Amino acid sequence: MTQTVSRPAAGAQKPPLPLDVEAIRADFPILTRTVRDGKRLVYLDSGATSQKPRSVLDAERDFYENHNAAPHRGAHQLAEEATGLYEGARARIAEFISAAVEEVVFTRNTTDAINTVAYALSNAATAKEPSFRRYAVGQGDEIVVTEMEHHANLVPWQQLCERTGATLRWLGLTDDGRLDLSDLGTVVNERTRLVAVTQQSNILGTINPLEPIVARAREVGALVLVDGAQSVPHQPVDVATLGADFLVFSGHKMLGPTGVGVLWGRYEVLDALPPFMTGGSMIEVVRMEGSTFMPPPQRFEAGVPMTAQVVGLGAAVDYLQALGMDRVQAHEEALTGYALEQLQAIPGVTVIGPPDTVARGGAISFTVEGIHPHDVGQVLDDLGIAVRVGHHCAWPVVRRYGVPATTRATFYVHTGYDDVDTLVEGVRAAQRFFGVTPEEATA
Amino acid sequence: MQLQSMYQDIILDHYRNPHGRGLRDPYEAEVHHVNPTCGDEVTLRVHLDGDTIADVSYEGMGCSISQASVSAMYDLVIGRSVTDALGTGEHFVTLMQSKGDASVAEKLEDELEDAVAFAGVSKYPARIKCALMSWMALKDASARALAATPTGGQA
Repeated sequence: MTQTVSRPAAGAQKPPLPLDVEAIRADFPILTRTVRDGKRLVYLDSGATSQKPRSVLDAERDFYENHNAAPHRGAHQLAEEATGLYEGARARIAEFISAAVEEVVFTRNTTDAINTVAYALSNAATAKEPSFRRYAVGQGDEIVVTEMEHHANLVPWQQLCERTGATLRWLGLTDDGRLDLSDLGTVVNERTRLVAVTQQSNILGTINPLEPIVARAREVGALVLVDGAQSVPHQPVDVATLGADFLVFSGHKMLGPTGVGVLWGRYEVLDALPPFMTGGSMIEVVRMEGSTFMPPPQRFEAGVPMTAQVVGLGAAVDYLQALGMDRVQAHEEALTGYALEQLQAIPGVTVIGPPDTVARGGAISFTVEGIHPHDVGQVLDDLGIAVRVGHHCAWPVVRRYGVPATTRATFYVHTGYDDVDTLVEGVRAAQRFFGVTPEEATA
Repeated sequence: MQLQSMYQDIILDHYRNPHGRGLRDPYEAEVHHVNPTCGDEVTLRVHLDGDTIADVSYEGMGCSISQASVSAMYDLVIGRSVTDALGTGEHFVTLMQSKGDASVAEKLEDELEDAVAFAGVSKYPARIKCALMSWMALKDASARALAATPTGGQA
């Protein structure tokens, strides 16, 4: 299948992969196409967006061809079927994260889910309904984030603070790419209203220890929002053991369509929050003088929803569950271990983030001495390898580690050792192209 | 490999041995431009003598395309009037929009000198902004320098 000549580092371990990569690849139509003059597509950018298996595409097409209608409205059979498919997907997605079905709110994506919470907290301050004011954020309050957050879990909180006069504080990072929890006890304090933290860093790959953060937040009565955009697609996540108040994630990063994401919220918290977006579908009674709203999740789903995408996400969850999230995680861990070993064996390559697989996911950011990441990415692209370059929407992280940008490879269920070998060979090719191979330097 | 069409030797030479790099005094305007999608940055100063560009000095970090572009631009604009230099900038924009059409590059060869080597970049939409960043910074800095000059560039 692969035309790549690989040169594994001495002692490189390739433990058997838990997933049948060839069988899985056959489920992804896009993986049969070639790029850049006939090269096999080596897609290592699932962290930005994942490719979609045929079953997801079929589910969307089937919805439009056979059941399309606006759910929760209409007195006809199609509306009934569309509602059934929409709510059926909600039930399966809830089960996927061990949540109660009424705690799962559909949003556009993770960004939308976080903004829904951030705006609810500032809207709470001016809510007419006293029951909506419980979590109001205002002057003197603090919001805590971390230095490794994606911009989506940072900028909405900066803006919340600007709107309300609250103060933003953050937990820093250690040199080896982990959260510095040494000042957790002071950064999270009795003024803290909410702690927003990622479960898995999209740039460093770090899997964060959420237990001490959740425990400290509980001590001071703060809410906890976990950004699961990079964890829910790649590891088993169970909201019951998570202990947080919110978990947010995107469908398109977990084999599902774009345009659908999830805001999971603890019911009693969701029920005490005012809406962000208002309009149809989310109202109870509307009069010219004012309106009342539905309970969650409908309160947070204004307008005709992204029905086909929700159905597609349901199919994606079915696909992942058939593989088994434990095996998905083990699969990526094996690939990550191999890739870290291979990449770090190349002179001039530095991994930004944990150097081994301990508490680490499959996002591998690296720099190549003497070559800017954009130029690395361009050479890889020429070989058919899709990676991401830049600051990965986590500008403070690259600044923290003193690099202008990184090259990032991310893995998923269809990734095999051959993909990693092609990547490693590509990095060497970039060094040769730009004349910075250590061999040449000494020649 | 298609890479050579973008990474011409002239570009790599400018990247490795940039012309005019470093921030210098005097100057009438300094600007800082970034490429928000990738983090490339350039700080650029313009020193005018009347309406002639006496010096362009810069510091920056970014990919080979963005860094080579500012170096090639330096060679093209020193000693020319702001109007002429920005006119050349417009031609460079035209080159970047040429989608690899060789006839466009041919027509602009005399005008753009080394910078015509960036023609290959126009085939890669994601990299065009890398090549254009320095020219956008020059346009911005020149306008500010003219505004900051008491004679308004009439001297």
